[in-house]
Amino acid sequence: MGNFKKLAQKRLFLPVFSMILVMLINVVYDIATGSAPLSFFMISIKNGVLYGRLIDILNRGSEIAILAIGMTLVVSASGGTDISVGSVMSLYAGVCCMILAGYGNVNVQEYAHPLLVGIGAGLLVTLICGVFNGFLVAYMNIQPMVATLILWSAGRAVGLLLCNSQIVYVRVPSFQKLGAYCGIIPTPIIVAAVCVAIASIVLRYTALGTYIQSVGINKKASRIAGFNSAKIILMCYALCGLCAGLAGMVATSRIYSADTNNIGLNMELDAILSVALGGNSLGGGKFSLAGSIIGAYTIQAITTTLYALGVSSAQAPVFKAIVVIIIVVIQAEPAKAFFKKLTKKSGKEAARA
Amino acid sequence: MKKKLAVMALAAATLSMMAMPVYADDLVTVGYAQVGHESDWRTANTQNYQDVFSEDAGYSLDLVDCDNDNAAQLEAVRTFISKDMDYIVIAPIQSAGWDTVLQEAQDAGIPVIIADREIEASDDLYDAWVGTNTTNEGITAGNWLAEYLGDKDANILVIEGSVGASAALGRTNGFNQVAEEHDNWKILDSQSGDFTQAGGQEVMESFIKSYEGQFNVVVCQNDNEAYGAMDAMDAAGITYGVDGDVTLISFDATHDGLQYTLDGKINCDVECNPIQAEVVKGVIEKMQAGEEFEKTTLVEDQAFVAPGIESEYATTMTDEVLAGRAY
Repeated sequence: MGNFKKLAQKRLFLPVFSMILVMLINVVYDIATGSAPLSFFMISIKNGVLYGRLIDILNRGSEIAILAIGMTLVVSASGGTDISVGSVMSLYAGVCCMILAGYGNVNVQEYAHPLLVGIGAGLLVTLICGVFNGFLVAYMNIQPMVATLILWSAGRAVGLLLCNSQIVYVRVPSFQKLGAYCGIIPTPIIVAAVCVAIASIVLRYTALGTYIQSVGINKKASRIAGFNSAKIILMCYALCGLCAGLAGMVATSRIYSADTNNIGLNMELDAILSVALGGNSLGGGKFSLAGSIIGAYTIQAITTTLYALGVSSAQAPVFKAIVVIIIVVIQAEPAKAFFKKLTKKSGKEAARA
Repeated sequence: MKKKLAVMALAAATLSMMAMPVYADDLVTVGYAQVGHESDWRTANTQNYQDVFSEDAGYSLDLVDCDNDNAAQLEAVRTFISKDMDYIVIAPIQSAGWDTVLQEAQDAGIPVIIADREIEASDDLYDAWVGTNTTNEGITAGNWLAEYLGDKDANILVIEGSVGASAALGRTNGFNQVAEEHDNWKILDSQSGDFTQAGGQEVMESFIKSYEGQFNVVVCQNDNEAYGAMDAMDAAGITYGVDGDVTLISFDATHDGLQYTLDGKINCDVECNPIQAEVVKGVIEKMQAGEEFEKTTLVEDQAFVAPGIESEYATTMTDEVLAGRAY
């Protein structure tokens, strides 16, 4: 009991607890329907690649996880959200596929330009988008949501223009690689893992994380203490743009096409939600990157669970909303205080007995 | 102050009138509020309208791509009314909520033709309807499957289109009608793939895990979803198509979709014909001449099957059929 209490006080306890709770729904369902209780967690190798629901969650959750990295930094430093990330993902798709297919082509079997040029240009454009957002927020002092609203609406539109409003297919195996498999592991998982690893290493072994938090807690005080607050905020937005580009890269390679209408659609909301589900305050300041990443995979776990339960597509959003509400409420301060009181009381009663 | 405002309003009004394009007198102006460009089918439909309503044919087409935004589409129709177009063609994004704007068009005396999709409005609010019947497509797919399978059992997985879209509803209803007639057909599950390739892939990945080894028919409600489903089955080592274990049915019959049908990957691709502009033009010509015209005109759908399959409901794919397609 004492150990559990210690564990429960850890910052990441509730996010992890929520994720496990979501997955437990499947166990209950499996037992109720008479199938193997742990079938949801089974991982095997089939047709030469990893196979299982957990793999699906990791694989499909890659885009949200990558977005969550950038979103966490932005939220922490500026106390606002970048709502343009979904649209910027779609812009990446437009730029990359337009370059690889050649302007005006809709369906190509070979590259018009080398693969790295396409990916590089796409990522560069998304980085520029991030810098643009950051400039508006940090130097023009525009509210983050308003500043990023510009690219939220323009990013997708520019992507569509680049592709002549069509779905541009690049049917080259090496292009699909990033969205398919690398050996037995789905490549998106590797991309997400590398992104998370780099971000954690940088944040842990440099003072950057501390800088960002201090700017988020008090921008003015940080400036007086000698930080270039504006520069740090700009950098966070730039990184967020780059993360959107990387997420777009995965999403585009998955379907080897620039479906600019649908890539990243509403993903900004998932990214913001994953930051919140990770126990981070959307008001800025202290943050936990691990929390956000867990939040991201929790969202995907909900989606995958709904598919696994066979919830009809018309009802799925309602179920998703209910699960999200429960998770958010568990993590809310008043709820935490209530649980604390409850455990204290039961502890006292136990002592009396 | 009031005067100033009035002057400004007047100036603005004059300016906006000047900004309006001046149409040559002899051109018939047609406004087309297009859904968007979400799929190859839609692009083909847009192209078809642009080709048919050309200036050479005596038309000036104002095509607004509404990007799947219902509000933008209502706005587009209002703009057509304010521009006093001769005819308005609407491919409705949503089936409900059209009464007010249709009434406005009627008050302005502009004939409205509803194209492609169905609409939930009293039929005296619009003048004509031209489109395909998506329920029929579902029935065609079902009939073909019955003919193809014979007495064999069918365990069916359905990847639906966007929730609430009339194409998705119709295709589901039509197919279910046929499925109900067969006692040995079972629809194991039905989930939405949002008409996208990524959606189709994700749903299929999940289906494979839930119904491993239990299904032998997959129905995708558009080609993009079918591409995604094929990728998911490839990854899991499940064979499909003419030589495979799973019979794959798709809808839309886009160029890429038919290429897969020709390759034997898709067994049957049912078309909801995007070449509708000719029929719309026919109706407009009759209206123009003051002749009688049909209130509803059905553009016929057709189906294509992979080489090696003969069917009374569908055309067998050949290179010539593919080459002869307009899109």
